[in-house]
Amino acid sequence: MRTALLLLLALALGAIPGSLVPQRGVDSLAVARFRSEHADLTPWLDRLDLFSVYSSPWFAAIYLLLMVSLAGCIVPRTAAYARALRARPPRTPSRLDRLPAHVTYETDASPDAVLGSAAQLLGQRRFRVDRDPDAVRAEKGYLREAGNLLFHVSLFGVLVGVAVGSLWGYRGSVIVVEGQGFSNTLTQYDEFRAGPLAGADSLPPFSLALSTMTASFQPPGTEQAGQPKLFEATGTVVPSPGEDPVDFAMRVNEPLTVDGTSLFLVGSGYAPVVTVRDGAGDVTSSGPVPFLPADASYVSQGVVKAPDAEPEQLGFEGFFLPWASTNAEGLPVSVFPEAVQPALSLFVWTGDLGLDGGEPQSVYALDKDQLSVVQGDDGESLRLLLSEGDTARLPDGLGSIRFDGVREFARLQVASSPLSWLPLGSLVLALAGLLGSLYIRPRRTWVRARRDDGRTVVEVAGLDRVAGGDLAADLDDFVARLRERGDPSQ
Amino acid sequence: MNSEALAQLSNVAVASAAIALALGCVAYLAEWAFAREVTTPREPMHVGAVPSATPSTAASRAANGASRSDRLAGIGLSLTVLGAALLAAGVLARGLAAGRAPWGNMYEFAVTGALVVCLVYLVLVARAGIGWLGSVVTGFCVSVLGLSILVYVPAGPVVPALNSYWLVVHVAAAVLAGGAFVVGAGASAAFLVKERAERRSPGSGQRGVLGRLPATEAMDRLAYRVHAFAFPVWTFAALIAGPIWAQAAWGRYWGWDPKEVWAFITFVVYAGYLHARATAGWRGKGAAVLALVGFATFLFNFVGVNLFVGGLHSYAF
Ligand code: HEM
Repeated sequence: MRTALLLLLALALGAIPGSLVPQRGVDSLAVARFRSEHADLTPWLDRLDLFSVYSSPWFAAIYLLLMVSLAGCIVPRTAAYARALRARPPRTPSRLDRLPAHVTYETDASPDAVLGSAAQLLGQRRFRVDRDPDAVRAEKGYLREAGNLLFHVSLFGVLVGVAVGSLWGYRGSVIVVEGQGFSNTLTQYDEFRAGPLAGADSLPPFSLALSTMTASFQPPGTEQAGQPKLFEATGTVVPSPGEDPVDFAMRVNEPLTVDGTSLFLVGSGYAPVVTVRDGAGDVTSSGPVPFLPADASYVSQGVVKAPDAEPEQLGFEGFFLPWASTNAEGLPVSVFPEAVQPALSLFVWTGDLGLDGGEPQSVYALDKDQLSVVQGDDGESLRLLLSEGDTARLPDGLGSIRFDGVREFARLQVASSPLSWLPLGSLVLALAGLLGSLYIRPRRTWVRARRDDGRTVVEVAGLDRVAGGDLAADLDDFVARLRERGDPSQ
Repeated sequence: MNSEALAQLSNVAVASAAIALALGCVAYLAEWAFAREVTTPREPMHVGAVPSATPSTAASRAANGASRSDRLAGIGLSLTVLGAALLAAGVLARGLAAGRAPWGNMYEFAVTGALVVCLVYLVLVARAGIGWLGSVVTGFCVSVLGLSILVYVPAGPVVPALNSYWLVVHVAAAVLAGGAFVVGAGASAAFLVKERAERRSPGSGQRGVLGRLPATEAMDRLAYRVHAFAFPVWTFAALIAGPIWAQAAWGRYWGWDPKEVWAFITFVVYAGYLHARATAGWRGKGAAVLALVGFATFLFNFVGVNLFVGGLHSYAF
């Protein structure tokens, strides 16, 4: 027990750092940010696996030791329990008056009659009853230990279930713009994590097309103005190639399940539709570009890249403002998350976007190593502010950019976690076992009756094996019933 | 009544409840202040409540102190009942004003939590005679209500992620377990104080403020019973209902989000408490300390994680 206790405390302590240091499996962006902000700390944190505490060897060591200790505990206890299950209630102590609860009374009924009623009454109260010539011995509450064992065994079920889920499961997220689609292959994901046995190259081949993404918010003027009200994505899904498309509607808390894989709507945002023309007037980039919401007002950040532009490649970086206004300093801000008066605020960069290097690059950031910012007439960086339908001509014959309109996008989380019912089901069993182990009270009761001077002397005694029950009162109640039965004159 | 009037009503009821509970706390503290004068054990005082011959002044002062203490305890209890009723009205009105279960943000969690603490306390006053925990319980509730002003938000609907049946179940169970954890921690703390005093000077537990507390074994047993209720409820809230809802909302049962980490830590520490009670050398004092550590992790999850750490749950409460 001491080992188990110390290991439990070690598990609790070991879990703490993972809540203070960002975790790779939880928020990889936060990890990257933390690493650049605390460059001096990161080598140490890396050495201790503190960016992935819950999959680190030392954390695994703690819970595996706990499981070993648990097995070492359960096995002998189960054996002992199996013996106890077959055992009969213990023999009647010679001095019943030494037990914690004890009642003696006299009656006219015969010892046999008294003992018979006692055995019957105890049987009704779910005691296991044995009859001796001069006494009845009874015991109940065997299930307490069963509950305790069930609880502890179930913890293995949790561990196995979690292990299966993380070995065979996968999870990815993807952004789908209205009017566009997604098919379940690795290359389509923005972010993907899979267990080593998940078979990530043979994902279920479903695909979907997103027709509408609706995000609505509490209207301005109400007390909770701007708080999200409803997120809903609708479209059609093709469960596997060649099958007919099926309509779907997905909401937060209402996932879509296709072929054993679940899709969850976990976010939304705006994808401004822009057309970029280069110096020669050719369209070099056109279509919706997802901008990532930076805060609850849905001011969103993003970039537009035009690598084919002549004479120089073009990159745009800035903000999408759903309901644009200007603040006291004259800077563009958004006053509401709904795209009522959308605007784009962009800086323009020219040079080499760095897309030919072969290094994968984020589609949400510009690699500015070989880019220079385009300046306006005033010698400051040029800031474009475009409302819907506006076109801005860039200086020096670089080209132009037009803000055609806005579409919404859905951020979907796709997850498959095989056997996910196992940890959960095990926990439900564990809870049932726990309730048994906490609330079932093993109790022993003995009744002895002997003839003395023409009367029958009855001794009743009880013993609780765990504290907390109301033994004396229960025994009094039992004796009252017994007297009623065994002594009809009363 | 329209929802604005209901929201207004809720605020007034909660504020009045805070005042009633603060006065209740003062009454309970005064109960202890008068008990300082009581030098003999309390029970015998009641037996000889009517002094027969000429009582010594010290004894009569003690008798006065004891009966005054009892009266103050009665006042404290009445004020707690009043405070709980007002809180219940406040929570109900808030729920009606918002048109949903009234535990959708940190403010509502605090107010509902204070109500549940009061209710758990009152139920146990009736069933297990824990009136002696009054000052701790009312003091705790007043602090929570006072601090809840810092996170006040007007009544309104919740964000879609929180619009789930499982969330209602998950939070209700967490609040219920939390209410019981408060009472359990109070009993364990009182146990530690009295146990220490008795170890230092035997007999001191019979006198004064400590004399108004039950015997250490009784407090230990009470603490166990309360935790034996709270632990399964917490297990259900944190490890069953929470994951089911997280699966529906975020597509994963468990993601080691800071709030989940601390819920897990609380679970493990309280499991440690239950083990400690069966481990030689940890019974009594060690177990009581673990109960307080468990409570600290619970509080940190509610306050610390929301305010300092963040994570997916942070917008919620
Ligand atoms: C994840 C690990 C564990 C958890 C969460 C856990 C939890 C619990 C809980 C909640 C109880 C309380 C039941 C009661 O009070 O009757 C308990 C009792 C017990 N546990 Fe564990 N336990 C764990 C590991 C272990 C291990 C490793 C051992 C063995 C070395 C162990 C041995 C026991 C025993 C013997 C009892 C019964 C104590 C008694 O008779 O009251 N447990 N455990």
